[in-house]
Amino acid sequence: MSESYDRGLVEDFGRWTEFSAGMWAWVFHKFTGWVLVGYLFTHISVLSTSLQGAQAYNNTLSGLESLAVVRILEVGLLAVAVFHILNGIRLLFVDLGVGLEAQDKSFYASLVLTGVIVVASVPTFLTGAF
Amino acid sequence: MSTQTPETETETETEPEAESGASAAPDHQQRRMDEKRARAEARDDAAAQAATEFEGETVELKVFRYDPEVEGKEEPRFDSFTVPFEKGMTVLDALIFARDEYDSSLTFRHSCRQAVCGSDAFFINGSQQLGCQTQMGDLEWPVRVEPLPHQDVVKDLVVEMDHFYDQMESVQPFFDPDELPDGELDEQRQSRENREHIKLSTRCIWCGACMSSCNIAAGDNQYLGPAAINKAYRFYMDEREGEQKRQERLEIIEQEHGVWRCQTQFSCTEVCPKDIPLTEHIQELKREAVKENLKFW
Repeated sequence: MSESYDRGLVEDFGRWTEFSAGMWAWVFHKFTGWVLVGYLFTHISVLSTSLQGAQAYNNTLSGLESLAVVRILEVGLLAVAVFHILNGIRLLFVDLGVGLEAQDKSFYASLVLTGVIVVASVPTFLTGAF
Repeated sequence: MSTQTPETETETETEPEAESGASAAPDHQQRRMDEKRARAEARDDAAAQAATEFEGETVELKVFRYDPEVEGKEEPRFDSFTVPFEKGMTVLDALIFARDEYDSSLTFRHSCRQAVCGSDAFFINGSQQLGCQTQMGDLEWPVRVEPLPHQDVVKDLVVEMDHFYDQMESVQPFFDPDELPDGELDEQRQSRENREHIKLSTRCIWCGACMSSCNIAAGDNQYLGPAAINKAYRFYMDEREGEQKRQERLEIIEQEHGVWRCQTQFSCTEVCPKDIPLTEHIQELKREAVKENLKFW
């Protein structure tokens, strides 16, 4: 048997333009999941400033909220969380074997819904930020 | 055989004739051989002519080439072939044309040409498909044909399938019923409903397209893969299956690298040339595994 050629993982993420709905759902779900895990750490560190007293906590929060970039990141966080929730519900149905033929449509639906919710939240998050 | 040229057929017909006349008349044979050679040359010229200028529509085929045994071909590359397009032409037809008319060293597996043998799964225009089932007319041109990803390439479009077959066999794809019918010639009957339940899973042709498309199987070599799990499903869901064997098989598929590795990307379901709902079957087995483990009665 002659040597064989291992093409490796070249064709994986290099071919992202050819990914199907299910694959994109997986990629986004992983990504949003890791972002949320990362957010939990910053969340804890911000909340734990309250251990130094009420004033320290208030100062930290108002300090953060006065930054425009934090406001924008909050919109991003909402987008990430909403998509993760909606796709999580989609995956729950997939696990239960309900509507597997419509798995791509439900992915698009969760994307659209995420978009709508995020756009609707923009006034709440960004009023007075700039 | 849509791509076979009529010239080649004449050749096979004349050969036995030439041999039978060999001992009888040497002169006669000599003349015949000369004539035959002249005909062959004329034919080659015509073929060469035909190869360069086709009438009607042509399609460009870009084929992945790799041959570790020939110097200068160890580095993978793409070769382009211009193939005359005919209505109803499949990718396999085009490949056969390229091999017969241009480069006889072009290597690929094919056998039945009607999506039954499962030997000609290729990576066509970025997705795993059977060459014999995919119409050239349905694809975007130029058509790019590559060997299946995530499998080692042996030569050109031929990939190493041993691992896939090992995984298929690791789920013990055979019956082991608890009780056999009394008479020697009695059939082991299955209800119509049960047959319907497993019908789609029996359609697997072992082409390996699903395994190749699976992102998880690419990263985890021990993962059974969609085809093997589907094979397990076919026996697990069959009512004629023996209870002992059913338990054993469930233990195989619910281990760490079994059904739980599936992350429902639906890649396998989308590429399956036989339209088997693979993800659905894997999910059903997951539920079976959970039910079995939660059983407290």
